[in-house]
Amino acid sequence: MNPAGWTRRQQIERGVSAAALVLVLVWPATGFSTYWAHAILTETFLFGIAAASLIFLSAYGGMVSLGQTALFGIAGVILGNLATKGGPGGTSKGLHLGWDPTVALVLAIVLTTAIGVLLGAVAARSAGIYFLMITLTYSVIATYTLGQVTKISGFSGIGGINRYTPGWIGNILDHPNRLYYIGLGVALGVYVLIRYVIRTPFGLALQGVRDDPVRMSSLGYNVALHRTLAFGFAAFVASLAGILYVWWSGQIAPGNVDLPQTIDLLVMAVIGGLVRIEGAWIGAFVFILMQNYITSSTHVPWLGFGGTLFGGSFNTIIGIIFLVIVLVSPDGLLGLWDRFLTPGGRIRWRRRRQAAATEPAGLTPAG
Amino acid sequence: MFVYVLFVATVPKTFGVGNWRTTNFGSAVQDPSSFLKIVLDSLTFAAALFIVASGFALIFGLMRIVNMAHGSFYLLAGYIAYEVQQGMTGQGFSLQSSEVNTWEWIVPLVVAAPCIAVVGFVVQQAFLRWNQGQELRQALITIAVSVIVADQIIAHFPRNTSEGQRFGGNAVDLTWPGWTDRFVDLHIGGVQYSLARLVMLGIGVAVGVGLWLWLYRTKTGMVIRAGVDDRQMTAALGINIQRTFAIAFVVGSALAALGAVVWASQSNISSGQDGQWLLNSLVVVIVGGMGSIFGAAAGAILFAFVSNFGASYLPTTGTDCCTQYSSILTFVLIALVLAFRPRGLFGRSA
Repeated sequence: MNPAGWTRRQQIERGVSAAALVLVLVWPATGFSTYWAHAILTETFLFGIAAASLIFLSAYGGMVSLGQTALFGIAGVILGNLATKGGPGGTSKGLHLGWDPTVALVLAIVLTTAIGVLLGAVAARSAGIYFLMITLTYSVIATYTLGQVTKISGFSGIGGINRYTPGWIGNILDHPNRLYYIGLGVALGVYVLIRYVIRTPFGLALQGVRDDPVRMSSLGYNVALHRTLAFGFAAFVASLAGILYVWWSGQIAPGNVDLPQTIDLLVMAVIGGLVRIEGAWIGAFVFILMQNYITSSTHVPWLGFGGTLFGGSFNTIIGIIFLVIVLVSPDGLLGLWDRFLTPGGRIRWRRRRQAAATEPAGLTPAG
Repeated sequence: MFVYVLFVATVPKTFGVGNWRTTNFGSAVQDPSSFLKIVLDSLTFAAALFIVASGFALIFGLMRIVNMAHGSFYLLAGYIAYEVQQGMTGQGFSLQSSEVNTWEWIVPLVVAAPCIAVVGFVVQQAFLRWNQGQELRQALITIAVSVIVADQIIAHFPRNTSEGQRFGGNAVDLTWPGWTDRFVDLHIGGVQYSLARLVMLGIGVAVGVGLWLWLYRTKTGMVIRAGVDDRQMTAALGINIQRTFAIAFVVGSALAALGAVVWASQSNISSGQDGQWLLNSLVVVIVGGMGSIFGAAAGAILFAFVSNFGASYLPTTGTDCCTQYSSILTFVLIALVLAFRPRGLFGRSA
């Protein structure tokens, strides 16, 4: 059985993807582990969406952005300010305007996308490593802004947002399966949308900008505009993740967008590989698995842990894993997969690495 | 010329922020001494910023490495210096300035700086050297290093808190030597100003002059400047560029340590400041221009003025008692500079 002349690799990949999709579709119905469904998999879907926005920019725009966490948080904060109600039993922080949650939802997405376009316009004239630095400052500035502007958030953040979901979704606290399927649906939608966008004329021009901005510029394309729009699109994707996050966890605070969180998102994307969109969910899944199981059960005596704050042992382990992945396979787990599945993949990878090393500064995607 | 105009034109803008709110808070004219104090605060903060950020800029300018672990090096240096100072004075948790003599401030510095230099050297030789030219990968490597270092700091520092308890990464104070703990009459507008902060300014200026002499008056400096302009050509001329890279990385890391000791003596040191100082270094080099000493100085001064004037002169009273806009102003500064000079004030195209 070999439809449409698929290669062996395509057979394997599509078979595995289909099996995984069926598994996550029926998982809540099996009732096997609600912890897995509502904690691990729902979290994987939403952080995967955020990581996908990062991988989209990196793989097709040549821009590694550390600002996605900031946009993710901005969407959550806007939703939290617009949708929640104050007074007795309401939230203590934020503007608590108490608008209709559907209106708040749409506004949060639209405003975050607009902010993304603005931030993208500031950063658009740089690429590569400069872009990384500028977007990192966005992220840190967003953290301090949320912390310092007490009207909208303050350091403790806004809580209880998951009680204010639109009527057509209903109460997700009592029906966490709804959030699970919304997360899955949005994740699939984002995947299909990104695959579509990279095939449009805009997506093709964006890849041209990634490969050779000077040539694209002399062909009459507006390089800065393409980068700005790509950043705006990624902001839209990140805003979806941010909204799912505040529904999932119920709260948003500066601590959700600070530097460690920014790095966590980058680690997810790098574990999955900064070259293919699917990597986002694979990276998020691996990261969240480690986060859930290493923190609670592992004790590493020879590194001197035990009784330290901030879950001491996990970050060192994740740092070491991150370091090993960057050193061994810059394209992440999917890069490893490519190398061992493709005939001659090893050699091609090495050649690509050499080519990357000799390319001009600032234009090379990871690896 | 354009650079000069922009630089001069931007500074009065930050002064303008100060004067613009004068009706509420007493203008520079009405209250010159507090105005002058904020100017001095900004200048002395700029000195600390410059020390840390010039190390970052040196590494970036020569090797195109964005050292994301720079903030972690800063934090580690601060804790090492704190431990050494505690060990020398044999005191418990916090110290008065009068209990610290000059040596008990200098020796921690002389211990911390080489420690960090060694850490930087090891990171550069073990991980970064063989990834030359892959900027993004090097940035990711230094991020991984920063994650590990930050977590290890929490696990191990500070060591000797009271009752043998270990609160990972909590705030501790490094202390200036006793003779700096007084106020100097500047004879301008009756301003009494902290001698310690003036010493800090002096150290910043000394570092700046030292770096300038090193880069522009010695052979090593000449090689480094040649390497900044064209790495391959410099190597082709028979110069051992790898040795130069190692020297620059070591000096850059040691500058982070020096900055940490200086600023931690003024303020404190606590976990989480690694991110803060990475941001500080990034803003300074983005605004000032990547990899230029003058750029680092200009960026440090601008950033310090914007954040201090924003914190002092923008409204913080009323219902939102604690709202501060200085971080938003920092973004405005970056946006303004990048809008006109995408490579920063003193940046040149690569």
